[in-house]
Amino acid sequence: MTEKLTGAQVLIRSLEQAQAEVVFGIPGGAILPAYDPLMDSSKLRHILVRHEQAAGHAASGYAWASGRVGVCMATSGPGATNLVTPLADAHMDSIPVVAITGQVPSPAIGTDAFQEADIRGITFPITKHNYLVTDPHEIPRAVAEAFYIASTGRPGPVLVDISKDALQAETTWWWPTEIKLRGYRPHRSASDQAVADAVELILSAKKPVLYVGGGIIKASATNELLEMANLTGIPVVTTLMARGAVPDSHPSHLGMPGMHGTVAAVGALQQSDLLIALGARFDDRVTGKLSTFAPNAKVIHLDIDPAEIGKNRAADVALVGDAKQTISRLNAEFSKQLKNGRTIDQAAWWQSLNRLRDTYPLGYDDPHDGSLSPQYVIQRLGELAGPDAIYTAGVGQHQMWAAQFIKYERPNTWLNSGGLGTMGYAVPAAMGAKVAKPNNPVWAIDGDGCFQMTNQELATCTINEIPIKVAVINNNSLGMVRQWQTLFYNERYSQTDLHSHSFPDFVKLAEAYGAYGLRCDSAEQVDGTIEKAMAMDDAPVVIDFMVHQDAMVWPMVAAGTSNSDIKVARDMAPVWDRED
Amino acid sequence: MSVLVEDKPGVLARVAGLFARRGFNVESLAVGPTEIPEVSRMTIVVNLEDQPLAQVIQQLDKLIDVIAIEELSVQAGIERELILVKIQVKERDRTALKQSINPNICRVVDESDSMLTIEAAATPFEIKQLLSRLSEFGVAELVQSGVVAIGRGPAALNEKLRTGAEN
Ligand SMILES: Cc1ncc(C[n+]2csc(CCOP(=O)(O)OP(=O)(O)O)c2C)c(N)n1
Repeated sequence: MTEKLTGAQVLIRSLEQAQAEVVFGIPGGAILPAYDPLMDSSKLRHILVRHEQAAGHAASGYAWASGRVGVCMATSGPGATNLVTPLADAHMDSIPVVAITGQVPSPAIGTDAFQEADIRGITFPITKHNYLVTDPHEIPRAVAEAFYIASTGRPGPVLVDISKDALQAETTWWWPTEIKLRGYRPHRSASDQAVADAVELILSAKKPVLYVGGGIIKASATNELLEMANLTGIPVVTTLMARGAVPDSHPSHLGMPGMHGTVAAVGALQQSDLLIALGARFDDRVTGKLSTFAPNAKVIHLDIDPAEIGKNRAADVALVGDAKQTISRLNAEFSKQLKNGRTIDQAAWWQSLNRLRDTYPLGYDDPHDGSLSPQYVIQRLGELAGPDAIYTAGVGQHQMWAAQFIKYERPNTWLNSGGLGTMGYAVPAAMGAKVAKPNNPVWAIDGDGCFQMTNQELATCTINEIPIKVAVINNNSLGMVRQWQTLFYNERYSQTDLHSHSFPDFVKLAEAYGAYGLRCDSAEQVDGTIEKAMAMDDAPVVIDFMVHQDAMVWPMVAAGTSNSDIKVARDMAPVWDRED
Repeated sequence: MSVLVEDKPGVLARVAGLFARRGFNVESLAVGPTEIPEVSRMTIVVNLEDQPLAQVIQQLDKLIDVIAIEELSVQAGIERELILVKIQVKERDRTALKQSINPNICRVVDESDSMLTIEAAATPFEIKQLLSRLSEFGVAELVQSGVVAIGRGPAALNEKLRTGAEN
């Protein structure tokens, strides 16, 4: 006789079958049936968060740090709508997340029932795919497909909404042995011709650049990329999503391009005659004003998602396929051509880039009044915590400084909200990353504004023994917005003063949550405070770094302007080569 | 464009939502069943002033429920539109009206003292011409379907589905 199970039991078994190990979530009416069998699961660890947004970001952080699918769970209505922000975030940054939500009983769907929200309809534009399941027999298929879709091709979030009656009804267990989705073809491969064309373009370029995006990290193609960089000697830039894809210590690495990129990286792209875009999507934060971006460059564009090709910038050679495979093929073809006697000479190109790199290194001025410099704090944190730590960030100035001044040597050690720019990402993402990698130190570098959006998860961390470390770069204000007001709104600081040097007291707040709270307001204390925090491993730690409020992120390309108009400091433009 | 989609709830909303949020302009859309169970076919006419067709197709193809897409130019496809139109017609104009319409594409499907209802199935161009002629008599009510289209020649779109070929 086949075993009778409830839909809820089938759901839990399906999650186990899909190799899920950790679920971040909060129960409520519609999902409650699932929480009962969850209690008996020895394979699933459920972490009870304090806000569903944190469940979603934690699932993302877990996914990013582990390379697995992150799972979050919420009830219908408000539980589900609280997942909207992290789902949109994961969608923009291509993070594999599966969200399970309870829905009101199927006869009540469409009646404005208590805690009803059409979460499938709401999340159409912000998920890779989604499901509404009202038949318990369909639960295994939906879960299996969700994990498959989330993790293959260009990864992304998938939501499975299950009506309460489907969770309660009896059904029998089954598990799909094969996924059949005739409209989904994630495995693509570039033609030999395209690979040969790409190598031909590379060999004939005088000013090529490897423009590396987050896709390289997702495709685990960093070794192949390193080989390519070594083989070709072509300069490399890594976008905000790709920091760590090539070690920052690599001699060909020019740093991050974009709005707050290095002059060398921005200048390299701008002056290039061949952009080799690898898992990058020509985001406006990288290109500046698109029509003036890299005006003399041909483009080789490698992406697993064919819709990225030609979306923002036309490609001369399109390579649609898995980055790991495709870069290997490029390397093989390139080596073959070298053996055939072909050469690539970039001496002049490197000379001009080295001049930019030497003349315009990243830097900052210490505040005149002797107060603490945020850049110094972040730089020291990177040096002391080192390349084995995992760093997450919120959104704002601290995020940009963390991208600039920490030296990343490995992939998947820099987790941030690149596409959506979600304040509040740092703490829950750090929590997820620490669950995935308990042996690595995990530092959330957060703003005082961002921290106040999700710091409730310190309770979750304390109670579940997830000892993350939080460096609050407390500049008393919504710093990045304030910077724009300084530069573009005549220093009229409308609604950006948070008074967070006074309230709340982050040290007391940390202690209230059972975490350690430390404060640091001078350069002399920085190392000692960080070292102290590094030694505290039995509970979360929060350091309140009281920093200067007027520090600004430089270089900067003002929004909507050309990358060629980058400023290295206020009203200070770099001098480009005369022949350029 | 002809688009084969899974006949599942919400598919029309997914497609329509994609067009709306990506700023693709839809001129007409027709949906109906096909020769294959559980597969519907959409014929979508897009205005490509702002967006290259390749981008529209690639974004559409990302929807999991979209199975196959075929681009049909006016030459490559056979297109039909259907209209039903009520003409308010005076007795003395009735014969003139009946004579002026092309019997190959039109027929009178309902007739009363003051009204003629005409049905026509033809290419969008022919329909446009017909409507401009009919407007001289006074159109009281018009209903027009979206364009449906099928490729010329022996190839069938469902072959893509069977072979699982890339489009
Ligand atoms: C949820 C959300 N709301 C608003 C914004 C707009 N925003 C971008 S940066 C920023 C300021 C962040 O302040 P803080 O966390 O203190 O970081 P800082 O820039 O000072 O380092 C704001 C409000 C955003 N990105 N996300």
